[in-house]
Amino acid sequence: MTTILGNPWLHGLVFGAVLVTVLMTLVAFITWFERKLAGRIQSRLGPTMVGPFGLLQPLADAVKAMQKEFIVPRNADRFLFWLAPPLTIAFALATAAVVPFSKDVLAANLDVGVLYALAFSGLLAFPTWVAGWASNNKYALLGGMRMVAQGISYEIPMVMAALVPVTLAGSLSMQGIVEYQEASGWIIATPVGAAACLLFLTTALAEGNRIPFDIPEAESELVAGPTTEYNAIGWSIFAASEYAHSVITAAIASALFLGGWDGWWNLPPLVWMVAKTGFVFLIITWVRWSLLRFRSDQLMALCWKYLVPGALLLVLIAGIQVSVRG
Amino acid sequence: MAVAVEAGSPAPVVPTKAFVPDPYLDLDTYEADADLMTLSLGPQHPSTHGVFRVVLYLDGEIIVKAVPHCGYLHRGVEKLCEKLSYSNITPILDKNDYVAPMLNEQAANMAFEKLMGIEVPLRAKYLRTLLAELQRIASHLLWLGTFAMDLGGALGGGTSVFMYCFREREIILDLFEDLTGCRFHYNTHHVGGNRHDIPPGWPKLVNEALDTIESRLDAYLAMLEHPIFVDRTKGVGTIDAQLALELGLSGPLLRACGIDHDLRRDAPYHVYDLLDVQVAVDGGGDCLARYKVRLAEIRESIRLSRILVDNVPAGPLSATKPLNMVTQFKATTGQVYVGIESPRGELGTWLIAAKDKPTSPYRFKIRPPSLHAAAAVPYVFPGHTLSDAIAILGSLDPIMGEVDR
Repeated sequence: MTTILGNPWLHGLVFGAVLVTVLMTLVAFITWFERKLAGRIQSRLGPTMVGPFGLLQPLADAVKAMQKEFIVPRNADRFLFWLAPPLTIAFALATAAVVPFSKDVLAANLDVGVLYALAFSGLLAFPTWVAGWASNNKYALLGGMRMVAQGISYEIPMVMAALVPVTLAGSLSMQGIVEYQEASGWIIATPVGAAACLLFLTTALAEGNRIPFDIPEAESELVAGPTTEYNAIGWSIFAASEYAHSVITAAIASALFLGGWDGWWNLPPLVWMVAKTGFVFLIITWVRWSLLRFRSDQLMALCWKYLVPGALLLVLIAGIQVSVRG
Repeated sequence: MAVAVEAGSPAPVVPTKAFVPDPYLDLDTYEADADLMTLSLGPQHPSTHGVFRVVLYLDGEIIVKAVPHCGYLHRGVEKLCEKLSYSNITPILDKNDYVAPMLNEQAANMAFEKLMGIEVPLRAKYLRTLLAELQRIASHLLWLGTFAMDLGGALGGGTSVFMYCFREREIILDLFEDLTGCRFHYNTHHVGGNRHDIPPGWPKLVNEALDTIESRLDAYLAMLEHPIFVDRTKGVGTIDAQLALELGLSGPLLRACGIDHDLRRDAPYHVYDLLDVQVAVDGGGDCLARYKVRLAEIRESIRLSRILVDNVPAGPLSATKPLNMVTQFKATTGQVYVGIESPRGELGTWLIAAKDKPTSPYRFKIRPPSLHAAAAVPYVFPGHTLSDAIAILGSLDPIMGEVDR
């Protein structure tokens, strides 16, 4: 990997700035995409009024959110209430540092990239809990509690699902895993890899608070979960970080299982990476607008009774495969 | 998942449940070390279907006690009706059960007719039956949509089902608009008959609408009926048949408890005695049973509407002269009760006429089925989680306009 000006710090700074800008813009238009897709699923049109095909709707929303007054409830913990939104977006975006866009384009080629991504993704439960606690609202508190329970539980099968490509590729670096797939076929093409990919996406839905696992935010039960008391830009940041997290998880899933930037027809690697990420995000969105929500105890039962043992089995099989291969 | 309900089958074995929660539980006698949280669910909560408020005492996420509070939508309708003349009452009642206004109008006007001894012409009876059945479809579709939204959230699969249901319901409201000029607050019934005659070409539109709804129903129920839906509804919010009778539940709620009771068949009014109404019964008593019963009722209403719309006889639409004075209808004595099968259960009207007040009822009382459904809350909620509580409330389907009046 080449770095800008040969200095890793400068490279990180420049690349990080570019990445955050691109990602936040992408997140804005991803919301447009999701609303259009949801509209199609529900036999309606979605946004049409602002700009061509409603494309400027995210901008209008952002401007509206920024113009509004950010109200902090009187009995809320002001410091923590302010702290939670920036923390969420920071943790969500931090994961993007290890997403490999091509052989050379990536913010930080960490040797422990997978570990780093999963750690930050797991950390996301923390600011949500902070928001739920600081709001001094019972619905927010319940939502925060659910988030912590769910985040901690689902981290385990998620890490194990990610262990399968790590074991097969023999590398904890994202780049290493993609290079392995470039050389010996995509991981999703093997049975164990396909199962692990399914498991990873399932747990990613739970980590990212998406239906059918959006228990912490359950609008019909907890009003808006941890973000009940948030409005204006504070709420928008939460929403944006949720989308950013979904997109980045989709990117990580495509890097771990779908061969990352590897593709055919000599297309630029970036195109493949973006296309695969978009495809995974499409599936996540599709699931969201088709399924109902689990109950929290059913969610836990699903995790501990089925996903964790299943994940253990997958890791075992992957290990056996590797040792047989020698 | 198979959802076929054996329509018209004899009453299944009544389920028995050993544990019935005590709605008057004294919280001081509950486990001393339990750290109970009081949660005021509503009146401004997205899924309390209006302005219902339940105070929940939560142990963790399990509900220990639920105390429902009504009255946030109280408008004094009954008192108002005692001030209005018989012909002016109908439009007020449209706002009671605002999901099925047609049935409210019918309930009151049938009581007036019974009080005054007016026999409604056959054409009006047919039309009233048809309107009641179409309204039942629309009402159940709205219920299905909101129930799915309670289970699936405002930003998820539940909303998709909600949107489809509203699309179908809109077709029926369009039919009503063609007939009465209003989508919702029709004021189409009056004492002695109906106000608006069937416009030319309307029966054809009704048949087309029924075909559309029936064909689309299967398509999106396939989307709703998956394992998550069954997990969320099966065995949740079970109401014992005995408890249901004691609470005075009626309609789909009672039939979902395994009790075969339907006023359309058991105490026929309109032209229901000419129709063979197949009553759907399910012994489960839980949310899934209530879902199945309501779905079977939609299909049954479609079937009945098809028969009715093709057989409306010619003749006068009203037994009384067109309205020219508010004091046209008078009753000086008597006391009547009329109960009809609204989509939510037995919708009763009880009124007394007195000599010193001949143009308006002396006492006017509505028996709303939703009030009894809301009364089930403290018995059904305890022992369930907050998520289940929302599902149960959705399946009970109380309409607050009717509960509070």
